[in-house]
Amino acid sequence: MIAPLFYIFAGLAIVAALSVVLQRTPVYSALSLILVLCSLAVIYLLLGAQFLAVIQVIVYAGAIMVLFVFVIMLLNARQESPTDHSLFARRLGLPLLAVFLAEVIFVVVGHFSGTVFAAGATFDGGPGAVGGLLFRNYVLPFEVTSILILVAVMGAVVLAKKQL
Amino acid sequence: MLEAYLPVLVHFLVVLALGLIILGLSAWVGVKRPSPEKLAPYECGMPPVGDARERFSISFYLVGMLFILFDVEVAFLFPWAVVYKSLKWPGFLEMFLYIAILLAGYLYIWKKGALDWSR
Repeated sequence: MIAPLFYIFAGLAIVAALSVVLQRTPVYSALSLILVLCSLAVIYLLLGAQFLAVIQVIVYAGAIMVLFVFVIMLLNARQESPTDHSLFARRLGLPLLAVFLAEVIFVVVGHFSGTVFAAGATFDGGPGAVGGLLFRNYVLPFEVTSILILVAVMGAVVLAKKQL
Repeated sequence: MLEAYLPVLVHFLVVLALGLIILGLSAWVGVKRPSPEKLAPYECGMPPVGDARERFSISFYLVGMLFILFDVEVAFLFPWAVVYKSLKWPGFLEMFLYIAILLAGYLYIWKKGALDWSR
């Protein structure tokens, strides 16, 4: 049951990711990115990371996408006009892509065998498990997160406010 | 454990099918007699004014950014609430400190009037 679902949603993620890059209208790219993020959430779920899957949808597909759409609105981005591709991209683009792909395949094939699917059946990544780890073993990183968010809040206000 | 998410999958498939059926049926059965008025974008019944793609105020962006940050804060409350009973007092104090630090951020944006639209 898990393997077919994985292939369906992994394929969906790849197709949607290609759509993000290939669309000329920025809003279509943003919508495709939502599909990528939701497919990734399903893959997290199949790996047993239930909490992460839900957070992926709430924070990434929900909140971060809002920012992307706001940037598109702020910049008043319309359809992209095709540009003269740079010499660098034309000559070295495909070779570099091939090298990167070979690297990824080498790492994935070398380090992960066919047992990955089995993890979802046994691994518990629910909110209880995450909470137990976060509030017992990793209290300091958790508290530091609040300071990180505090800095981000102040940064957002300083950047976006006309006069403080 | 994953079986618990079977209803989500079924729901997803039903929603997908329903959307396709509604669009497909209306495209197949519906009568199409287009006129310029029918093809115009609907804008509350009045003739459309200008383009939808205008530049928007930076205030929207600020509110969106603050929404994300407090959204992330709330995301941490879920695992905390699930294990709250077994954590007892230390768990309460951990979350109290966390919320207190973020409350300082909230007071900061309140004081700076970042949520005040007119300023």
